[in-house]
Order: sequence, then C-alpha cells, then structure tokens
Amino acid sequence: MNMNSEKSELKVITGNGAAAISAVLCRPDVVAAYPITPQTEIIEKLSHYHATGRLDAEMVTVDGENSAMNTVTAASAAGARVFTATSSWGLVFMYDAVLAASGARAPVVMVNVNRETPGIIAVSAGQQDMISIRDCGWIFLIAEDSQEILDLVIMAYRLAEDYDIQVPVMVHYDGFYLSYMAERVEVPSQKSVDDFLAVLKTQPERTKLVPGQKLGCGAHGILEGYVELRHKHCAAMERAKDKFEEISLDFEKQFNRSYGGQIEEYRLDDAEIVLVASGSMCGTIKTVIDEQREKGLKIGLLRIRMFRPFPSEKIIKALKGKKCAGVVDRSICFGFKPGPMCVELKSFSRELGDLKILSFIDGIANTDITKINVEKMISMTIAGAKGENVPEVTWISYDKDLKEC
Amino acid sequence: MIEVRFHGRGGQGAVTASRILANAFVRTGKYGASFPMFGFERRGAPVTAFGRFSDTPVREKTQIYNPDILVVLDPAQRQSPAVFKGLVAEGVMVLNDDEKPLEHPDKNLEKVGIVDADKIAIEEIGFAMPNTCIIGAFAATTGLIELDPVLESLGDYFGGKKLEANIRCAKRGFKEVEVFNFA
Repeated sequence: MNMNSEKSELKVITGNGAAAISAVLCRPDVVAAYPITPQTEIIEKLSHYHATGRLDAEMVTVDGENSAMNTVTAASAAGARVFTATSSWGLVFMYDAVLAASGARAPVVMVNVNRETPGIIAVSAGQQDMISIRDCGWIFLIAEDSQEILDLVIMAYRLAEDYDIQVPVMVHYDGFYLSYMAERVEVPSQKSVDDFLAVLKTQPERTKLVPGQKLGCGAHGILEGYVELRHKHCAAMERAKDKFEEISLDFEKQFNRSYGGQIEEYRLDDAEIVLVASGSMCGTIKTVIDEQREKGLKIGLLRIRMFRPFPSEKIIKALKGKKCAGVVDRSICFGFKPGPMCVELKSFSRELGDLKILSFIDGIANTDITKINVEKMISMTIAGAKGENVPEVTWISYDKDLKEC
Repeated sequence: MIEVRFHGRGGQGAVTASRILANAFVRTGKYGASFPMFGFERRGAPVTAFGRFSDTPVREKTQIYNPDILVVLDPAQRQSPAVFKGLVAEGVMVLNDDEKPLEHPDKNLEKVGIVDADKIAIEEIGFAMPNTCIIGAFAATTGLIELDPVLESLGDYFGGKKLEANIRCAKRGFKEVEVFNFA
C-alpha cells in the first residue's frame, strides 16, 4: 500500500485484509485488540502495518477482549480515534465493556466477524454473535463483500464520531465466507479518505477527558439522570438513520460506489415477492434472482445494511404493496419460532398491509446457503403469495418440524 | 465463469494457491474470488478451497459443488471419490504427483496435468511447498491464464529470495507439467 498515492489501487485481498487496510486509512490514534478465529488476520495485518510504520497509532497488546474494549473506550473518552476487532467468543467476553462503551457514548469503531457463539462449540459462520448482543446500544452495519467491508469501516467513523450521533459502531461481516474470501477490492487513496473524514473536524469538539481538569465521565445516572441518558441515546440512534443516508450519498460522491443507505433495494420496484436478508448470502441471492427474472418471475431482494437502528420506515416503504416476503436469518431467536430479523420485521406487520411474511432459517454453523436453498426459499415465497399453505417458519437445511423438538 | 476446487492439506499452501490465482486473473482485468473452508486451522488437516474466475463481478458466496477444474496438491487424494464429486463433464485436473495416471479415475475427467511439484519445490525452495509450482502447471494445463500475470501476482505474497524461488517453481510447473487426455 502506497500511502502517498493520490490514486486508488486495485488489490486482491480478503475481507479481513480489507478491514485492516480500511482501519489504517482512517488513521486511528489507538488500536487495542486480541486475536480470535476468524478475525486473527486483521490483528496480524494491523501489527504488520504498525511494525512497518504505516499505522501511526498506539497499538496496545492486551490480555483479552475485555481489556481491548475497555482500552479503546478509555482512549475514546480521552478524545482518541480508536479501532478494535473481534468475533464470537471474544465479543461475549467483552460484553460488559461493550455496554459501557455505548453507555459512555464513546464513538468506538469495531469490526465483528460473525461466527457462531458459545454454548455449542462451533468454529463456523453464523450471525448468532451479533444477534446475542443486538440490544447493546451500538449501531450495527452489515457488509456483503470485501469492498463493502472496506467502505463501511470508513463510513462507520463518519457516523460514530458525528457530533449529532456519538454512538459506537460495529461493522459485521460473515466469518469464513467473507473473512477469508480474497477478491478484487479497490483501495482508496489516503488523501480521499482524509478528505471524506475531514468533515468531522469542522464539527464542535465532543466532550473529552483532559488530564488535570475535573470532569465526570462515564454514564452514571440514578432515576431521572438514567432515564434522560437512555432517552438521549435512543434519540441519537433515531438520528443515525438519516445521518447514514447522508453519509452514504457523500461516500458515493467521493468514491463513486453506492450500496443504498440503511437498506439496499435490489430489483424491488416491480417485484411481487421479496427476500429480506443480510450479509454475504445476498450475493448468492442476487445471482438467483437474476436467473429467475429471466424466466419472468418478479422477485427482488431487500438487503438490510443497517441492523441497529432497525430501518423500519425504509422497510415499510419498500415492502408496501408486495404480496409475500421471506425473511432469511443466519441465526435463531430462542423462544420465538421465526428468526430474529423476521421477528423484528413482524413487529410492524400491521403497517405492511396484507403482506404475508415467512421465516427462513439457514446458514447457521457454516451450513452453505446454496443456490438450490435460495431457489427453495423463492418457490416457498411464491407459494405464500398465492395463498397456498406454507409453514410460517422453515429451517431450510434441516427437515424437521419445530414441534418435534 | 470458471469454478475451481482446490484439495490439499493444511501446510501445503492450497489457500495461498487459490488467492494467487484470483490475483492473477484480476491483473488481467477480470474478476476472481477465492475462499477456503475449514474450521480449526492446523497442519495436516484436509483443506478445501474454492476459486471463481470470471469476466464479470463474482457475486456468489457459496461453496463449489460442480467444479470445472480440480487442483489437487495432496497426491494421496488423487483417487479419492470426494475429490471428483460433482466434477462437470469434460472436467480438468491439475495434480501434484510423481506418478503418471494409471487408470481413468472419474468418467467426467477429460484432461489431467501432472507435475511433481513437491520435488520441484524441494529443489527450488528447500521444502515441499507445492502451491506455486501447481499454479504454473494450472496455467499450462488449462490455458485460461498466461504465465506472466501469475508470476507478477507472486510479488504480493513473497519477497526477496523466497519470491525468486517461487517464481522458479511457477515457471518450472508451467514447463514441466505433463498433460494427459482421456478419450
């Protein structure tokens, strides 16, 4: 990587490599992280960039993920731009510190490489780690491919550190499927990233710890104070929706790449039936949609890019008037039959009119979401649109009724 | 789009081989995506990697079930039915082995390129790391890519003497591979 170049460079790098390069391009002051499969390569690359002088940051090698999150939160409170990355077990191990970061409204940016979670030992893909921590008060963004990983990390800093937001951002992508997938990625020039992030310097300075000055820092509220802080946090999450749309448009102007904002609408305009999904499976779904469209089927994809805050308004607008939607979850929602994203989508089903909503669970523990699986989901969604008797919830790669559990 | 499945063992460089190939295709203005599938990372364990190479962006993120080409780095797997599973008709194999094909291992296999990549790697690098040699053999056997972009892409993965040694491996793989056709 040539840091003086004003031109972007075409590279073949993995999702992890894209995350690491992106972090470096954003010039963090402090990086603290602990390695874990399938995220390890990010830490290796950052260490390499640090050792070779490309990453001019304080790099703190910590004893574990909990210390990593506490370190970056503290550094963020002191005004630093920070970066960390984790996955699965690591995310669980830093859970209290993750909550503390958002409680303190520290604009931490973290990459979480999605992997199955403790309980059952599984070194495999799945969004269960993200789902298990979804109410932690962070903004969640989900990438589809390596290029978007790089781009979302850059956008994450604009969002997290925006004076009107000040909420930590977690960038998620599928472990194994994206973490190790080497593909063509355009790495922007340092100057273009500097220019894109320069807007933050024009904003008022956020409150920070200054050595020698007295300042209460760290959210500590009793009764009204607590309620006020929570309410303000929720209001900031709401503001983040429009802010992310603005940032996405700015990004397109600067880098000539566009993905949509909170959601991506793929061939949705005239679609009668829709799959709702997130992450790497969307690439496969788009391929199948293109094939089936040639046969005259009116299908589209609604891709969730921003999962927290949940893009309810955008989803309502995009799905209104459609006949049937199949929501694909790469995780499960214990205590509910449908998958987590489906449960959330159903929370405003009244506003979706007569739309029939089906839940598909697939891809957990590395189960491959194949084209055949996607075709099965589409044919079930078509059947649902026709009013045929289709199960509300289907585990695509496991042929059993939940009642048998 | 060409779909390639790599079969090897942890430590043989199957994953790097798939990445070098993706890199080489991108250098020619095309698109490439490769990813391995394994759980715990450890030497000696079977490793499968997937590569897709195309004139247009590669969007599929699934494993490969119907490969056009097999790249087999582990000679012990040359007859394994699991390796040939799903191979398309008129399929091609690039194999690291010191023996010639004795029989037709799969009805869909039409062409096999064999090179003793372990031996070449021992001579050039000093140990049996067959991956860069097999990529050279891939270029010669399939004709899908020239040798030059392959050699250029090696610079992204190696430096100094290692780079020189791996360039020699790839060149020798390209030159010394023996191609057999099953009629």
